[in-house]
Amino acid sequence: MSYLVEIWLAVGLVALAAGAAGYIVVIRRAGFAAHALPMAAFPGAAAASLFGFPLWAGLAGVALSGAGLLALVQRTARRDAATALLLALLLAVGALCLSLSGHYAGSVYGLLFGQVFALGTEDLPVLGVIGLCVPVLLFLALRPLSLSALSPELMRVQGGRPFAMEVFFLAVLALAAGFAVPVTGALLVFSLMLGPGAAAARLCGSPLPGLALAMGLALGLAWAGLGLAFLTDWPVGFFTGVGAAAIYLLVRVKTG
Amino acid sequence: MLEFLQSGPVQSALLLSAAAALLCGALGLFTVLRGQAFAGHALADVSSAGGAGSLLFGISPLLGFLLFGVAGVAGLEILQPRRAAGRDEAAGILLGAGLGGTALLLHFCVTTHGAAGTAQAVMFGAMFSTPSDTALWSCLLAGGCLAVLALIARPLLLASLDEELARVAGVRLRALGLVFLLLLALGVTLAAMTVGAILATALLIGPAAAGLRLARGPLAAALLSMALGLAACWGGIVLAYESYGWIPGRTWPVSFFIVALLLLFYAAAGLRRRA
Amino acid sequence: MSEAALEVSGLSVSQGGQEVLRGVGFQLPRGAFCGLIGSNGAGKTTLLRAILGLLPSQGEIKAGGRIGYVPQKILFEPDLPVRAQDFVALGLDGHRFGLAFPSRARAEKVEAALRAVEAEGFAGQRIGRLSGGQQQRVMIAHALVRSPDLLLLDEPLANLDIKAAAEIIALLKRLSQESGMTVLLSAHDMNPLLPVMDRILYLAGGSALCGPVQEVVSTEVLSALYGYHIDVIRVHGRVLVVAGSGDGHDHRHDHEHVTAIP
Repeated sequence: MSYLVEIWLAVGLVALAAGAAGYIVVIRRAGFAAHALPMAAFPGAAAASLFGFPLWAGLAGVALSGAGLLALVQRTARRDAATALLLALLLAVGALCLSLSGHYAGSVYGLLFGQVFALGTEDLPVLGVIGLCVPVLLFLALRPLSLSALSPELMRVQGGRPFAMEVFFLAVLALAAGFAVPVTGALLVFSLMLGPGAAAARLCGSPLPGLALAMGLALGLAWAGLGLAFLTDWPVGFFTGVGAAAIYLLVRVKTG
Repeated sequence: MLEFLQSGPVQSALLLSAAAALLCGALGLFTVLRGQAFAGHALADVSSAGGAGSLLFGISPLLGFLLFGVAGVAGLEILQPRRAAGRDEAAGILLGAGLGGTALLLHFCVTTHGAAGTAQAVMFGAMFSTPSDTALWSCLLAGGCLAVLALIARPLLLASLDEELARVAGVRLRALGLVFLLLLALGVTLAAMTVGAILATALLIGPAAAGLRLARGPLAAALLSMALGLAACWGGIVLAYESYGWIPGRTWPVSFFIVALLLLFYAAAGLRRRA
Repeated sequence: MSEAALEVSGLSVSQGGQEVLRGVGFQLPRGAFCGLIGSNGAGKTTLLRAILGLLPSQGEIKAGGRIGYVPQKILFEPDLPVRAQDFVALGLDGHRFGLAFPSRARAEKVEAALRAVEAEGFAGQRIGRLSGGQQQRVMIAHALVRSPDLLLLDEPLANLDIKAAAEIIALLKRLSQESGMTVLLSAHDMNPLLPVMDRILYLAGGSALCGPVQEVVSTEVLSALYGYHIDVIRVHGRVLVVAGSGDGHDHRHDHEHVTAIP
């Protein structure tokens, strides 16, 4: 029984982080980046196993360099094209490392779709740190993140640094997702971000209730998905992915 | 080298990748100009559900990928709000739902057929195991799509520059956008079969981004983008073939070489422009 | 040929439940050079879009002949692979299907339009790399290439420095004189247009007045249009339209408050 409680707790923590990050992702229109950056976990984990350094170093290293690279390339190239190129780079390097290290096939499924029911007790501390730190960090930076999303120029006039905010945001996103992805899969993290985030952004006029609602919705979606997956033995990612779309459509219809 | 060209799988791979690269190169230019890279990526991911489905039900992968690619366009039409600002989130939501479907179908593949490598084949491509008739069909499809793209190229370019100007000139924006999305779905589907669903985006965006850096006029940019995509694909296949002996017992994925060449072209185009 | 180039009567447009234009009516004779003046939010863009048929509207709009349109600033990215000449060519046949076959007639038309706006010098450069004034010229050439009878321009002087704005105005005046084309251009400041425009279309509070500048821009006429007291002040050949606490009745709280309406 305690094994199941651990899984519920772990998925709940990921949902809190994803919900908070998702709201910011939506107001900053960074949906593509939110999809691309978590993929840093792929080359990160693969490189760590290939070259034999600790997993956390591989994950953090690749996630942070990915965030930095994206922030830099975004300045000179079109944003979505830059993101697409980064995504391709991360996946291609990951594929290479995995292929060279010889255990390719199983990892791909796990990375994308996760194996939630294979969670171990040792994963909980990492997810606990993410689940608590990401919402707190984003809450503290809520005002500058909102302002620089609305108008980088206004931010600069007021003495802020929009580029620094972009790097900060991408780094938080990359680190949080990068550590959650090997445990829960990229799909779960991503669908817990965008659906609740977009719904909250449409329903709430101001940032703080929006952030809270996004986290609540993500938690509900994650636990509902987990319950259904437990009952049917189908993958969690299916329920959260389709559920996120359903929430979004419902809110769209309601708000017009 | 002759041995390389006589190999059946290599011939299929060359044909298939040429079809995907030429079509995606041309489509990619408009995709970047219209800011639809994420939509293109989402369509590729959704089409991967079709790849998984075709494995599950034993139908042609081309058919499976295409079916879901077109379904993805329908989903995008339903989800996308009129204003451009919300397009990003709609594409993301569709992507999540599509990958969710892929997860489910792959889950069934593993539980019913016990096929372990399917996720890898669907997401990262399996062009060397493509049947030769599929490669031929892909070429025909790519040719047809390119013809349609050439037909709508001018209004599409005008609409990509400024929607209002296009509307004043009598262009039907909605219909045009829909046709383009359909072409995009077909293009990324071909790319998904070549380099895999996740890397299809690289073939769509990479050559176009490099082409944009170099060419001045629209036609030159499109042709350059197509040529770069083709060069990356064929170069990647040659390198993958050559790499068998580099580290004994280990294979270098062809997707890696293709993406590496594309990024190299992109970086070189940046240097060339600065010079 | 005595009919008007543009005849609008009883035009009403609602947007988001709010009536932006209410019973607007005016006539422009052929070859007129008319400034569409009004403050921000007065409905200038709405009126132009209604004339172009881009907005659902009530009332009658009769335009005799082909309309050319220059929208407000388009953001061209510097990496856009579209040269000035490509953009002008799109004005000619951008709505047609199929690739363009390079033909002598087509090239000549594009060249003529570029020459008319004195843009031959940068015809082969990417449009995103041109200056604001150069881009404005290319956009005008884009509209000119189909030889319109009526040219609508939405704030063509915004985003331009004084020198570039003066050049664009002189260019438009010359084009209208040479070809007999009717020009209607919107601006929030009438002053740069005073020397060239022979008519003014003044928008305020959803209503419009049209006529020669001297007749429309006066304290009495504009006060009636705004519905409260307005002062028209002429200093050094410049016109200032100023809302003051003139009639005291509606604006008891506005004591010394004076706002310049550009």
